[in-house]
Amino acid sequence: MKSKTLFDKLWDKHEVLSLDDGSSVIYIDRHFIHEVTSPQAFAGIEKRGLPFFRPDRAIATMDHNIPTIGQENPVMGAESSLQVARLTENCAKHGITLFGMTHPMNGIVHVIGPELGLTRPGMTIVCGDSHTSTHGAFGTIAFGIGTSEVEMVMASQCLLQRRPKTMRITIDGKLAAGITAKDLILYLISKLGTGAGTGYFIEFAGEAIRTLSMEGRMTICNMAIEMGARGGLVAPDETTFKYLVNREFSPAGMEWDQAVSEWKLLKSDSEAIFDREETFDASEMAPMITWGTNPGAGIPITGTIPDSDPKALSYMGWKGGEKIMDQKIDYVFVGSCTNGRIEDLREFASYVKGHKKADGVTAWIVPGSKKVETQARAEGIEKILNEAGFELREPGCSACLAMNDDKIPAGKYCISTSNRNFEGRQGPGARTLLASPLTAAAAALTGRISDPRRVVIPAEAGTPSHTTNGDE
Amino acid sequence: MSFEPITIITSKVVRLQVDNIDTDRIIPARFLKSVDSSGFGENLFHDWRYQPDGSPNPEFVLNKPEGKGQILLTGKNFGCGSSREHAAWALYQYGFRVIISSGFADIFRTNALNNGLLPLEVDPDTLARLMEIHQADPFAIWTVDLPSQLLTANCQLPTADCRLPTAFEINPFRKQCLITGSDVIDYLAGLKPQIIEFEANHLI
Repeated sequence: MKSKTLFDKLWDKHEVLSLDDGSSVIYIDRHFIHEVTSPQAFAGIEKRGLPFFRPDRAIATMDHNIPTIGQENPVMGAESSLQVARLTENCAKHGITLFGMTHPMNGIVHVIGPELGLTRPGMTIVCGDSHTSTHGAFGTIAFGIGTSEVEMVMASQCLLQRRPKTMRITIDGKLAAGITAKDLILYLISKLGTGAGTGYFIEFAGEAIRTLSMEGRMTICNMAIEMGARGGLVAPDETTFKYLVNREFSPAGMEWDQAVSEWKLLKSDSEAIFDREETFDASEMAPMITWGTNPGAGIPITGTIPDSDPKALSYMGWKGGEKIMDQKIDYVFVGSCTNGRIEDLREFASYVKGHKKADGVTAWIVPGSKKVETQARAEGIEKILNEAGFELREPGCSACLAMNDDKIPAGKYCISTSNRNFEGRQGPGARTLLASPLTAAAAALTGRISDPRRVVIPAEAGTPSHTTNGDE
Repeated sequence: MSFEPITIITSKVVRLQVDNIDTDRIIPARFLKSVDSSGFGENLFHDWRYQPDGSPNPEFVLNKPEGKGQILLTGKNFGCGSSREHAAWALYQYGFRVIISSGFADIFRTNALNNGLLPLEVDPDTLARLMEIHQADPFAIWTVDLPSQLLTANCQLPTADCRLPTAFEINPFRKQCLITGSDVIDYLAGLKPQIIEFEANHLI
């Protein structure tokens, strides 16, 4: 039998029809819905007189528009309120499970899917959101779609797709202390470029990936789209199964055992041929930070701002040739579907514990979900944050995309654990520096870009509780 | 969203010579709050097109005499970033029907095709040549002939060299959809018998 990549195995398993022109009709196992990219799709099927074909395969949440303080009595503009209300109406009308604001299972769509066990190995998963690639960390084909495609999935549970090419990125070795999954993916994008993945589905492999926690793998797959990839995936293993066991919607009992025995088969054959292969060495990686206006503009934190892009330099208010270290920052944002999970908050808290936020820095620490928020409180993370001068907010997309009230003012510098540093992404004129939660913590304590490995000694002995080595 | 069929587009070209234009640039997130699919054209390229006080930025191409046309000529990796289909709606509603680039982000390409917007991909050398032609004669009239899959330019200035004919590729099914103004949703909804049969043997 022909050797296959994991991607090819999953694709073939979901192919309803293979068409003459090389495209396929692909069946979708899980459809996540949020308030921004769905109203026109619901209206579309209604206009066509089509029923919502498989409401039991859809799950909805609200995350993009909502405030991250005062959710019990939310203050939102009329347009945001209408989008949120429309989602509630549409879900009720079509029988879709909705985790609305303040619901104990509410949160950013790419945080709640995995943490509730709705995301499982072997699935095809879509959502009208480009960061759907996050779910690939579980060995799924997961990708973002536009609203017309959301409508297609509502109408038929299928999509018409060109089969992407396959790429494998292997990272040998282990990440050193102070270097996280976020640094790894920023490093990869800086080396390969923001368009390198166009037309490809990427499998991430190698020791550095295998030793990552699920949270770390999600951070990697989340930003596969920033390389332009259709999606990214990691073959499931014991780390995956351990993460998923006993989650609210995970299979249980005999069904669990059966599922795990099937999931164990989900890997690329040893002889499988990828259309493109890239290999990197984890030992060459340092804490990364972006200086420019696309996610490929990452440099080591000890590095020098290049003078290659005058437009980006002008936007960022920087000169080429300067060191990026010690540049002043105004805002710190920890959160988003990239780094808003419990492990990210643990890392941040362990770093700032016993220290104080720098004067003049505004910090927004935003859990990715209600469960993360609750857990952060239960574990004492909120207490640590408060003592260090930080506040834990309520879940949502927050300052990642300047769609709700959490916007960075024009000209201000924000060190952000999110995924995009495009011009205006965090607000018109806002200047975004992408980095890991640890690097954000170091900057939050000093008010300047700082190397998390050196500048601040954690209050407790030892290194912060990295999750990059997975051998907890 | 329904759209007008595309057959032959004859128009001036708007040149926006920037690589990696992301969908946040095409339309910022704060303009995605509508529950309808109309009214996005006025916010196309908003933060380049308008100054902070809301007045038009005279430096931006859409505010110049050469800024009106049905064809946008732009740099590589157009439409990267967010999956927002509002980007395709904004381009279409402003009046564009064809975007020429040496590469499109995957999700944007699909969104464009689903909304009557032709993503016309050329190789990097050809793109550079097209940029030169436009620079030499910004008011040249270009023709995109979708049925024949040909791109041609007709220069207005006698000194400009517009020799071009460039054939371009497009998936035949998608081409047919654009020419007839139809979309894929009804096609997929029509496959329900096969989909139900598939589901019977698909255990996830």
